[in-house]
Amino acid sequence: MDDLVNISIANAGITALLGYVVVFIGLILLMAVMMIMGAIMVSRAKKAAAAAPAAAAVPAAPAAPKAPAPGTAGELKLYDTDPRDAAMVMAIVADTLGKPLNELRFKSIKEVKEDEI
Amino acid sequence: MDILGTLRDLGLESGFAAFFLTDGGWKNLIMILIAFVLLYLGIVKKFEPLLLCGIAFGCLLSNLSYFVGLGENALYHPELWEAFLDEASPYYHSYGHIMSNAGLLDFFYIGVKAGIYPSLIFMGVGAMTDFGPLLANPKSLLMGASAQLGVFVAFFGAVLLGFTGPEAASIGIIGGADGPTAIYLTTKLAPHLLGPIAIAAYSYMALIPLIQPPIMKLFTTEKMRKVKMEQAREVSKTEKIVFPIVVSTFVILLLPSTAPLVGCLMLGNLFRECGVTDRLSDTAQNALMNIVTIFLATSVGATMVAQNFLNVSTIKIIFLGLCSFAISTVGGLLGGVVMYKTSGGRINPLIGSAGVSAVPMAARVSQDVGRKYNKTNFLLMHAMGPNVAGVIGSAIAAGFLLSVFG
Repeated sequence: MDDLVNISIANAGITALLGYVVVFIGLILLMAVMMIMGAIMVSRAKKAAAAAPAAAAVPAAPAAPKAPAPGTAGELKLYDTDPRDAAMVMAIVADTLGKPLNELRFKSIKEVKEDEI
Repeated sequence: MDILGTLRDLGLESGFAAFFLTDGGWKNLIMILIAFVLLYLGIVKKFEPLLLCGIAFGCLLSNLSYFVGLGENALYHPELWEAFLDEASPYYHSYGHIMSNAGLLDFFYIGVKAGIYPSLIFMGVGAMTDFGPLLANPKSLLMGASAQLGVFVAFFGAVLLGFTGPEAASIGIIGGADGPTAIYLTTKLAPHLLGPIAIAAYSYMALIPLIQPPIMKLFTTEKMRKVKMEQAREVSKTEKIVFPIVVSTFVILLLPSTAPLVGCLMLGNLFRECGVTDRLSDTAQNALMNIVTIFLATSVGATMVAQNFLNVSTIKIIFLGLCSFAISTVGGLLGGVVMYKTSGGRINPLIGSAGVSAVPMAARVSQDVGRKYNKTNFLLMHAMGPNVAGVIGSAIAAGFLLSVFG
């Protein structure tokens, strides 16, 4: 024990080297474990993805109409509009009106084509 | 009633008189000035303010209330803790003796001494950390490992400068850039050095944006710094849940002395990821973390009593701490350069410097330096891999040193 308290320079060098090696070995082993774990998860995800189109081919029973979540103002209907564009339109309207977005209700957004004007 | 005598006694009992009448009382004045400087750095310069403010105020309180030979009203009593650690003392490892004579900060310090606060802080860190980038690229662990170079070089340097083995181990761990780990190891191996080591660790962590960029520039070429990394794969929820369980099992079996730190880190992370303990995760990352930070910082600051702090060792520790940080950065960068070469130039070696831990500051530095050379480069998430690997790496380094010197 006294050897470790009043450690010699040679022993300190060996301890330092050994410590660095132990950290590397520990993390390399952990890396191997994580790689195996990752490979298993990725292969499972691939299998699930392959099984999904088969399941999609079977016609699904019509779903019951979904009730709007509490606190929301119902579903927004989009006609010929990308969800990103819709989000931008809503943000611009809220900004122009100076009202927070959660105090506004958008029922539907429709893109008006040039020939419809 | 002798009014003048009473006034004189009051005057002599005051701290103002103690500065000049007690043995080494003037040193308390210097420590109070140091506490003011630390408060300035924490509040004005925003150097790790959550910790530095508490540490500085703990230092202030203990040096205002404790003078050699006048310990009655002290908030922290170093002599109680010396007896606690002295095998020849009848009060060796006697918490009863501490508690029957303790001041407020002695009570706080029991949590540090027992290793409770650093472990609880690690639980909060685990609850705040997303290990996804590490799971997406497990090779990041190699950079986390190589960035522990400074720990062992500083350990060796400390032995050369005349420190004992346990003291050198505690000084070396500053290079792990992980405050709780440094405090945990120092409390176990060299509690008399806790003040200067904690100050060095937290100060240098705050200075990472100044310390690292020149070293990053020195050890990488412009071509390397411009490398744009590919998007990492998406990590599934199941992987994130299994990760803390696997890491705890594996690392604790490998190095049992890491159990308190790694166990709490991974427990906090499990709270975060499992999806059924949101309340616990929220408590671990906010309320619990904040409460423990207050106790940890003030009690660590309290250990900075003049007789323990004002000596040549402190200057050596501050110097070795800086070397340790710089060498750890070099180690991480060299690991990054090796991975750059072996990956055919697909890994930007700048993310290696984030392997020094100091989450997430070191990763942000990698991001900032990377963007300076390539405006379209987003290294942050890639750097988070080695960054969190550094946390595990420094815990393993501490576990190794504890098993050798503990």
